[in-house]
Amino acid sequence: MTSTVSDPRAPVPSRTGATGPASGKGKGKGKGKGSGSGSPRAKRSVAHRIFGRQPLGLLFSSPYLLFVLAVFAFPIVYSVWISFHDFFFAAPGANPDRPFVGLDNYVAAFSNPAVIRSFGNVGIFLLINVPLTVVLSLLLASALNKVVHARTFLRVSFYVPYVTASVAVVAVWLFLFNGNGLVNSILGPLAPSPSWLINENLAMPVIAIYVTWKQLGFYILLYLAALQNVPKELYESAATDGAGRIRQFFSVTVPGVRPATLLVLLVSTVTGANLFTEPYLLTGGGGPNGASASPVLLMYQLGIQQGQPDVASAIGVVLVIGVLIIAFIQNRLVGERDS
Amino acid sequence: MTEITQERAARMHHQRPHGWSRAQLVLRGVVLGLGALVFLFPFYYMVVGALQKDPDPTLAGAFPNPSNLTFDNFVNVNERINLGTGLINSGIFTGGVLLCTVIFGVLVGYALAMLKWRGARATFALALLVQVIPFQLLQIPLYVLIARDYGLADTHVGMILPFAINSTAVIIFRQYFLQLPKELFEAARIDGAGEIRLLWSIALPLVRPALVTAVLLTFIGPWNEFLWPFLITKDAALQPLAVSLANYISTVAASTDNPFGAILAGAVVLAAPVVVLFIVFQRYFVSNDLGSGVKG
Repeated sequence: MTSTVSDPRAPVPSRTGATGPASGKGKGKGKGKGSGSGSPRAKRSVAHRIFGRQPLGLLFSSPYLLFVLAVFAFPIVYSVWISFHDFFFAAPGANPDRPFVGLDNYVAAFSNPAVIRSFGNVGIFLLINVPLTVVLSLLLASALNKVVHARTFLRVSFYVPYVTASVAVVAVWLFLFNGNGLVNSILGPLAPSPSWLINENLAMPVIAIYVTWKQLGFYILLYLAALQNVPKELYESAATDGAGRIRQFFSVTVPGVRPATLLVLLVSTVTGANLFTEPYLLTGGGGPNGASASPVLLMYQLGIQQGQPDVASAIGVVLVIGVLIIAFIQNRLVGERDS
Repeated sequence: MTEITQERAARMHHQRPHGWSRAQLVLRGVVLGLGALVFLFPFYYMVVGALQKDPDPTLAGAFPNPSNLTFDNFVNVNERINLGTGLINSGIFTGGVLLCTVIFGVLVGYALAMLKWRGARATFALALLVQVIPFQLLQIPLYVLIARDYGLADTHVGMILPFAINSTAVIIFRQYFLQLPKELFEAARIDGAGEIRLLWSIALPLVRPALVTAVLLTFIGPWNEFLWPFLITKDAALQPLAVSLANYISTVAASTDNPFGAILAGAVVLAAPVVVLFIVFQRYFVSNDLGSGVKG
């Protein structure tokens, strides 16, 4: 059994500082570039000055850099560009006129009540999902961290939902939470009416709880790693000072894992803003009456199904800005204040 | 002063190892046990539901009668969505991503950890940044580019392209290469070994656990991915299983006698490879590797 504690490879001195541009050395040795001196040594030093001491590194990294450029950098810029132009799908090869339209797409997007509602929905989602995620994953991680028996079993059972396809797991939740499902048959007369997934007030909370449950294993993993870095002496001295278990949790553990908490907050917010599969499948396309529609679902419906990629891009840009603002606030509130 | 020390000594004397009282230990066991139940029950219920002839949504249905068990649901779902084709497409999608990630990811990881070149720092920062970019938000521009401009809709290449190199895997590779003793490489370089040779015959054999961790982590991405292959494949013969099962759930399920049985049978087929792989290799899925991968 491999415990998460005793990983001998754990502490890694960050060496990034050393890998920085090491090419400053050769400066001031004259501009050998165009002088055409054929000696291999001169050529070498030029290459070194431009690419660093081992230019092979750039060659090794070029496929990855091209990939990031093509799949992340360019599409992000393109998305912003699309959102400011009159853009529609055209046949490959065709080059239609795409005039600049200013903020028209943004106005079109946000005069649609369904879009406003989807942002409200994701707000409800985040209000339920993010705090629940932080509290439950920290609690379970610290309990798991102390456990000796059945550690592997517990670890695996917490991670299994995270590694399984959402499409597969949604199938079971549909079975559990449908009108005649197991949950309602256990609740009997207490079952909500209309049932969970077709109830306007309950659809989004059920999705929020589903996602919390599904992703929790990943955050437990992050907290387990962070807990290894909390010095044991802090607990000992807290105990000597008479702090009980609960007191120790709040005054040693919680501050000790603060960087991990920030990461959990950020990642769960980004994941929540990306919500698509669950409203698409669990509540049949954001139902009932759009009560569980997410912005990304609307981007798909408006952008690809209804052929308005420009309006969809505008929604995407606003969503990213919203996530950045939330991330900034989280960073200010939870991130390291000292130093 | 002495009173306090005595009190402290007395208190410490009564403490159990690590300061846990019996009640707290029991509470912790209950919390963890309940947690495990909540996490595992839906998977158990998935299998039970997939095997039931008549769906029994009552509590008794969770402990099914052996006479009510059947493999018919698997046959039924296979008639609607070809499970074999779906598995093959998921396999090609995942395999392509794994291949690109292992080849190109190892190369970048090695360059970032072992070589000194201009831009190494920026590349590493990029690999970290890429992980917080919400992929879903790229759906429109990527769809326009890949499906419309490049004409790669309904192809495996179009499916693989946006996922081709997993940045978390890149960071894991870098992290492992950094821990290798530098002297080994210096000595081999003096002996005249090229970097490719160093990477292939010295570095790679030493970081085999990193390969397993990175492969596991990369595997769950494309295998479970729904939105992107859903956007890019309209041809049922090319859809990965996650997409064809989702289409079945959202459209045709209503016309089947036992829709949940068939849906859950499909879900079992989709979930099983990952769950089995994960259980077999769970010891490679440890917090330090992944934690460092995410934190950098």
